[in-house]
Amino acid sequence: MRIPILKLDDCLLVSIQWELDDQTALQFQEDLLQKIHETSSNGVVIDLTSIDFIDSFIAKVLGDVISMSKLMGAIVVLTGIQPAVAITLIELGIGLDDVLTALDLEKGLEKLQQELGE
Amino acid sequence: MNIQSCITIINEWDIVAARQLGRNVAKELGFGTVDQARITTAISELARNIYLYAGKGQICIDKLSEGGKAGLQIKAVDSGPGIREIRQVMEDGFSTSGGLGAGLPGVKRLMDEFYIDSTPGQGTQIKATKWLR
Repeated sequence: MRIPILKLDDCLLVSIQWELDDQTALQFQEDLLQKIHETSSNGVVIDLTSIDFIDSFIAKVLGDVISMSKLMGAIVVLTGIQPAVAITLIELGIGLDDVLTALDLEKGLEKLQQELGE
Repeated sequence: MNIQSCITIINEWDIVAARQLGRNVAKELGFGTVDQARITTAISELARNIYLYAGKGQICIDKLSEGGKAGLQIKAVDSGPGIREIRQVMEDGFSTSGGLGAGLPGVKRLMDEFYIDSTPGQGTQIKATKWLR
């Protein structure tokens, strides 16, 4: 099953609603970059509110897709990281430093607008 | 009394199955959401190690009951190449797969007890336990 990527003005919105397996995560990486390319979007918000755990593989896929998007010229903001997810990621030793984050989707979109200087 | 159930890890889907089993058992035992996430993440890391390095192995989830304490034990067993330098793989940032290197030291931090035994050429056995507080 593919993760839907929605276009909103010049941004893309993604809400990950179910536990990611490896294939879905890797497919998402390709789909997002393709969608950025097709729509010339310069910002992406990925909402993780429904995700209750992130292991090192998913963290790497997310970190990589953020770097790849940046290479293309799009900024990514992660939103809605749950307390349990934040705790386990740090304990695992994954800080996801230099990644833009916000508490929820609304604040994420605000942050994106700020970063894009609008 | 210890109750055990196991998942054989051969492909990526088995990693998903193993962590779902672990999460269900953790829920049943009454672990909170943070500990459920710790246990699920630890299982995912151990199952992925089996898939990546050994090709095949088993993840078993035990319910432990010991002196009035309840807990969950993850047992990861494989007969893969084994680990020559256990001390080295227990250091943060060490990785042979080009991953994030979070692997085993991360799992150790997520759980309360961690035990590893490995013989080069014969395989690896890891036990990681979380006690209900």
